[in-house]
Amino acid sequence: MQNQIRTILQQHGKLGTDATSLAEDADLYQAGMTSHASVNVMLALEGAFDVEFPDRMLKRSVFESIRNIHAALSELTGGR
Amino acid sequence: MSASVEGTPVEKARAIGREIARLHADDVDRQARFPKEAIEAVRAEGLLAASVPRELGGLGATVPDVVSMCQGLAQGCSATGMVFAMHHIKLLSMAAHAAGSDATQGYVREICDKKWLVASVTSEVGVGGDLRRSVCAVETTGDTFSIVKDATTISYGAQADGLLLTARRHPDSAPADQSLVWLKPGDYTLEQKSEWDTLGMRGTCSPPFLVRGKGRADQVLREGFGDIAPLSMVPLSHLLWGGVWLGIATEAVSRARAFVRAEARKNPNGPPASGLRLSELQARLQSFRTLVYAMAEEYNGAMVNKIDKDHLLSIGYALRLNNLKLVASTSVAEIVTAAMPICGIMGYKNTSPFSLGRLLRDSFSAQLMINNDRLHMTNAQLLQVYKDDS
Repeated sequence: MQNQIRTILQQHGKLGTDATSLAEDADLYQAGMTSHASVNVMLALEGAFDVEFPDRMLKRSVFESIRNIHAALSELTGGR
Repeated sequence: MSASVEGTPVEKARAIGREIARLHADDVDRQARFPKEAIEAVRAEGLLAASVPRELGGLGATVPDVVSMCQGLAQGCSATGMVFAMHHIKLLSMAAHAAGSDATQGYVREICDKKWLVASVTSEVGVGGDLRRSVCAVETTGDTFSIVKDATTISYGAQADGLLLTARRHPDSAPADQSLVWLKPGDYTLEQKSEWDTLGMRGTCSPPFLVRGKGRADQVLREGFGDIAPLSMVPLSHLLWGGVWLGIATEAVSRARAFVRAEARKNPNGPPASGLRLSELQARLQSFRTLVYAMAEEYNGAMVNKIDKDHLLSIGYALRLNNLKLVASTSVAEIVTAAMPICGIMGYKNTSPFSLGRLLRDSFSAQLMINNDRLHMTNAQLLQVYKDDS
């Protein structure tokens, strides 16, 4: 799951650094992800994992690190 | 009006709007001059510090109260309301992010103590109206910094005592890596680049200026503008502008109501036909007012004691805040427009107590202060993931 998240961040996150080697808890917004880019990341994640982020998850803290994205996706997929 | 007004800060602001701002509003508009009488009255009453928490030297007014002050001033004179709103948007943004910085707290106290009027310098040549991008950068040398900003507009730049300016954090920073910089009186010079001759909001005196500034390194706020914008500056802008626009709409409806009442008194035989239009208008005004104050209460709740970042940085909040601006800015022009057929020729004349011309011209600025199309584009982006499921 983590590798897929990194691939999506690499494609859509508009980060100033390489998403494949970024620390799990690095702040993605500080790494250059804009709000605009974060929505594209959310869309790509919803498509790739066949999930829908409920509104309660649509906030900066949920998408600010690879670890937090992983946790949110795990909750939605029930570990499938 | 006497030198000192009795009452709460809100009552004082409303009295200044009614008794001073209103008196000079047409002259301010005609000459495109700063509303100095009303702003000096605001300053004399200590209301330039109204929004700042008491522990930082202010009056500790709530956000809904500040919105109400904006409304009251704007009912008398739109430009006065807007100058007051922009000052508080800046000052309260600075105060809200002063925690943990003795320097910033000291500067906020000094602004309150000296009753300074603060202007905003966010616009810049070359960023296409994007608040979240800057070309200019803070250049730090030891304990001091210098900055040069080519601003496309600075409202009351020439009349303000100090400037709060956005700039890239370092000369090497990306356009969105911005800081907020405080420039005190004496720290800067302004070179006016052209005129301010507009359809409305003429008294805000907002021409383009070239700013050259310098100061101590601690005048650069520690918290990045990337956080200050969504947590304070953008919500406060939409809320306080909303208060100003509500004031303009309220004044238009009040003139229409006075006109209908005068008609009714001439012929007390059931409401005149224009009464139906007035009824319609009153309903629209009520829903506009409810929206602005409900959003102001919500924001106040998220700011009291500790900033509720989780709430303010959610997509749902961003959407609703943008919607506040979209609805408020279009409502004001629609309401003033709808008042016109009620007042008829008396509304069309510039020299009648029911005149709507100035209000109509002022109301059109609302949809351009951050162009509504830019906000619709942002909302279109957010709506791709937002479900409205809560």
